[in-house]
Amino acid sequence: MPSPRYHREMPQRYRLEAGKCNTCGHVAFPPRMVCNCGCRDFKDERVSDFGKILTFTTIRVAPKDFETQVPYSVAIVESDNGVRVTTQVVDCRPEDIKIGKKVKFVFRKMYTEGHTGIICYGYKAVLV
Amino acid sequence: MVGIVGYGSYLPRFRIKVDEIAKQWGRDADAVRRGLLLKEKTVPAQDEDTITISVEAARNALRRADINPVDIGAVYVGSESHPYAVKPSGTVVAEALGIVPEVHIADYEFACKAGTEAMFVAYSLIKADQMKYALAIGADTSQGAPGDALEFSASAGGSAFIFGKEKIVAELLHTYSYTTDTPDFWRREGAFYPLHGGRFTGQPAYFKHILGAGQGILKKSGLKASDFTYAIFHMPNGKFPLTVGKKLGFNKEQLEPGWIVPLMGNTYSGSSPTGFSATLDVAKPGEMILLVSFGSGAGSDAFVFKVTERIDEVRDKAEKVRDMLETNRIYLDYGQYAKFRGKIIMND
Repeated sequence: MPSPRYHREMPQRYRLEAGKCNTCGHVAFPPRMVCNCGCRDFKDERVSDFGKILTFTTIRVAPKDFETQVPYSVAIVESDNGVRVTTQVVDCRPEDIKIGKKVKFVFRKMYTEGHTGIICYGYKAVLV
Repeated sequence: MVGIVGYGSYLPRFRIKVDEIAKQWGRDADAVRRGLLLKEKTVPAQDEDTITISVEAARNALRRADINPVDIGAVYVGSESHPYAVKPSGTVVAEALGIVPEVHIADYEFACKAGTEAMFVAYSLIKADQMKYALAIGADTSQGAPGDALEFSASAGGSAFIFGKEKIVAELLHTYSYTTDTPDFWRREGAFYPLHGGRFTGQPAYFKHILGAGQGILKKSGLKASDFTYAIFHMPNGKFPLTVGKKLGFNKEQLEPGWIVPLMGNTYSGSSPTGFSATLDVAKPGEMILLVSFGSGAGSDAFVFKVTERIDEVRDKAEKVRDMLETNRIYLDYGQYAKFRGKIIMND
């Protein structure tokens, strides 16, 4: 990822900062400029630290940066404050993951730009 | 009153047993277990490094401190495995915790005592009324060369401590440092694994400096070993801290809560700080704790803490060290461990 874009997305990737529409109350994650209701007025809202798995899939043939991690799972997690987040679920075997299981968001390396580029960090989830 | 407002630790879930490493290199596992008093060690996941460990430990410290992160005026990360040679770990940590931009940040390095260096400076800034709170972290994904004795112990983890003058859980009463130029363990710029002086790391290095700092702080404070309920000494293996504790007049019961090395390994800059964190997990108000680190090169920082009544309010607000050590463990074989630690040569 180019450094400027990575830098721009730090609030959502590092701190799970979402945007709550001041008109209809919809929480957008990642944050967006315009809500489905047409409103452009958002206030900051943080995705809570815990959530549960709504659905998931297991990746066995991965893109190059993730090849050493297979098999790994990616889930849609609903946070305790109702925000849906697509995230990798780590530190477990795919067979340990079940719909409805509780997870916690953690801070992890997403990938590195080869041996000399920047290290990109962000959120992932672990089973609790 | 200056002291710790919030404390927290983080240990990875992955483990490798001493037996698995011994089998790989044709070593006698029983002899290693008996000689070093080690059973297993933590291993960082492929997506963990000193920065991610620091963030998770600091988040636990913030849960216990119950303060607004923007009131933290300094973030110091001590480690000998900072992911970048040039670019601070602390900036990523502070950004992730929501502390930027009005904050002073520095990375520290002094082999295994970089964490207590950070604590020493954070404490001093609070004492000098420079800021409301200061965050000090000791964390590492320790390196040990394949087949070297260090490979049995070098592990991953860290602890974070928020210093302040309000909402104290442990008051810091005394500090003392003891430092000389001693070439017992080093890693040159660009070298992947550290080198050490074998037995030279014992008497002239570890024991000389911990005894120097331990005796120094007891003399300075006018306290004796029996005044302390607990003591923590840097844990390069299981044996050294027990031996040095005995020399200073401490018994095994005083060391037991913080003596986590048999299951954790040596988390370098996170070693004695995490032993201290595990001790705070069980300490009662009014109890006294002695913490003495050791960093090769070489030096020791010593601290005397007195636990306050607030400890009972905060200890359950974050995961305790023993729970992290004894639950959710995922064991690796040596091949998986070698992949996780980047010891296998891969194509780009």
